[in-house]
Amino acid sequence: MTSFIAETAGAVRRLMTRGAAAALLASVASTAALAQDGDTVKIGYAVSKSGPNAGGSDMTVTPNYQLWVEEVNAAGGLKLPDGSQKMIEVIEYDDRSSAEEVVRAVERLATQDEVDFILPPWGTGFNLAVAPLMAKFGYPHLAGAAVTDKAPDFVERWDTSFWFMGGSVDYVDALTEILVAQREAGTINDQIAMVSVADGFGIDLVKAARPAFEAAGFEVSYDKTFPPETSDFATILGEAGNAGADTFVAFSYPPHTFALTKQAKVAGFNPPVFYLGVGAAFPVYPGIAGGSVEGVMSLGGIDPNNELTMAYRSKHEEVVGRAPDLWGSILVYASLQMLAQSIERVGLDKAAVANELSTGSFSTVLGEETRLENNQLRAINWIGQWQDGNFVAVSADGGEGKAAVKLPKPGWE
Amino acid sequence: MKTPLAFALAAVVLAALAAAPLFIPDYWTGVLLGMTGYVALATAWALFSGPTRYVSLATVAFFGVGAYTVAVLNEVLPYPLVLLCAGGIGAAMALVVGLSTLRLAGVYFVIFTFGLAELVRQTVSWWEVNVTYTMGRYVFLPFEGRHIYWQLLALAAVTLLISWAIGRSRLGLALKAIGDDETVAAHAGINVTRIKLMLFVISATLITLVGAIQAPRWTYIEPSIVFNPTVSFMTLIMALLGGAMRLWGPLVGAVPLFLLFEWLSVSFPDHFSIILGLLFILIVFVMPQGVLAKLEDLRGRGKP
Repeated sequence: MTSFIAETAGAVRRLMTRGAAAALLASVASTAALAQDGDTVKIGYAVSKSGPNAGGSDMTVTPNYQLWVEEVNAAGGLKLPDGSQKMIEVIEYDDRSSAEEVVRAVERLATQDEVDFILPPWGTGFNLAVAPLMAKFGYPHLAGAAVTDKAPDFVERWDTSFWFMGGSVDYVDALTEILVAQREAGTINDQIAMVSVADGFGIDLVKAARPAFEAAGFEVSYDKTFPPETSDFATILGEAGNAGADTFVAFSYPPHTFALTKQAKVAGFNPPVFYLGVGAAFPVYPGIAGGSVEGVMSLGGIDPNNELTMAYRSKHEEVVGRAPDLWGSILVYASLQMLAQSIERVGLDKAAVANELSTGSFSTVLGEETRLENNQLRAINWIGQWQDGNFVAVSADGGEGKAAVKLPKPGWE
Repeated sequence: MKTPLAFALAAVVLAALAAAPLFIPDYWTGVLLGMTGYVALATAWALFSGPTRYVSLATVAFFGVGAYTVAVLNEVLPYPLVLLCAGGIGAAMALVVGLSTLRLAGVYFVIFTFGLAELVRQTVSWWEVNVTYTMGRYVFLPFEGRHIYWQLLALAAVTLLISWAIGRSRLGLALKAIGDDETVAAHAGINVTRIKLMLFVISATLITLVGAIQAPRWTYIEPSIVFNPTVSFMTLIMALLGGAMRLWGPLVGAVPLFLLFEWLSVSFPDHFSIILGLLFILIVFVMPQGVLAKLEDLRGRGKP
């Protein structure tokens, strides 16, 4: 028995030293292989496959990377300026939802794997964590799933960074504009009940919303922040209902968004404007909410009459096996298309690609002429509403690919 | 080995490690950085938890406070002062926590320290949400990986030095007595609570500094990033693997485990957690006293 334990201990030790040696060897080997291997374009990324960020990554980011690589490779690979084509080779890591892991993974991709391009992780925090490294190694940083009001500052700090999802102020302004128009039309009063999750997203939006609502002449008569673990919203909804407000705004994460919808239904809480946070733009939302979600508003939205958008959605469903979300997915996918078209025009030189992304005009799922303004995508659908089973992009009066908002919200059934 | 010789050898190794980033690619500097961070954490953790056998899961509470201090102060104070503040806050917090809890023993202490990490995280969140209205802070300090690595290396060296000095002092002897039997130690005239408190404060201050030094690496800081409980568990497991009762134990545990994690995440990104879990089970069954003890045990048995 003791000799068995000694043997096992020996095996563990050998395994560990061999593990370290193997890591060393593998890294040497991959560098050596790269020197002679020029037939593929190496694209690397670290995404959260485990830990708290896995859900968000798996909804908005990873499926689009997979879809894009599959499509490009099925068409013979990435096109280069001389007309030749190179297949994409993917190097993928799991950052395990740890900031230190994602930083090291990007270092590994840049200096060990020496990939040609690096795609970003999911989330504002992680995109910022890798931004200095992406800039240092000269990689274009296509921050797809990152909402930040500081994008203009970041563009100055890291001139190869690109921001595709706007900032909190943009989303709040779009909502305020609609609310002002509805108040003038007499649909709603000037009271707002607002709740928010005490986490990055909720705090950021509520911080933008308070001054914006006030400046537009609204009074926030109920303003409550709840911890992310909250699952029972009966009290919050009751208090919000008693606040005398015609507008209910919740800057929530998916679990809260689903719970708020279900519990509002049970309580018969049906204000003229019912606006929720992340999750209301998931394709599964009507199913989870159990039936009619007509009139519910949230961030994002699509134009169901846009053929490009709808073609993207059906392709996503076909390749990935489920529909993309109705907010960030299409933006992430568009950023990849822009990368591919930049490579086709200027080749694999990272600085040239970054420059082309800044200045060029691209044909993407968002439109025939998608371009960035000061390295930021601005042609974003900021606000959407469930109308006839679709989560459509809306504005106060409609037009330009947006439908007119339909308020007051009808009853739950 | 004679002490001066050991010191000379340690100095040579330290110099070689310090020079390493000039010759190796950035990625390996990053690996060294992460490894040195955990060596410092595990050694600082073992400083208190090794001899007293009080298993603490509060590592990340102090680590996170250090990182948050840097995030809050990095734009208003010069960097050395920020580090000083971080150390001070860590020490003050450890003093308060220690005074109120070091009379707890056994599993109660473990549970309390685990709760403490969550308490600090929720308090910071509450403060940011209700008082400052910010969630997420930026750390823009002009440090690259190697600068952070050098700072961590110095801190790890200092931590080892402190651990060595304590081990040779009357304090170390008192600690060993406490670890063996607290009641007996108290009867032998040792002021048990004061000594435990002192050790806890030193250990926590060092842990806070590790967090403070590492913060600039992430640029963006929010509670869920810096109060990640994995840090506490990793530190604990590394120290236990090497042997928390010995000076070099935590280092011997941290280095191979860190390399193993790195290798696993490169080679088996999709099976990381499963393999890791199996390995932990193996470690606990095969080497409950740590690698160093096991080695001595094996060597001792080989002799007639």
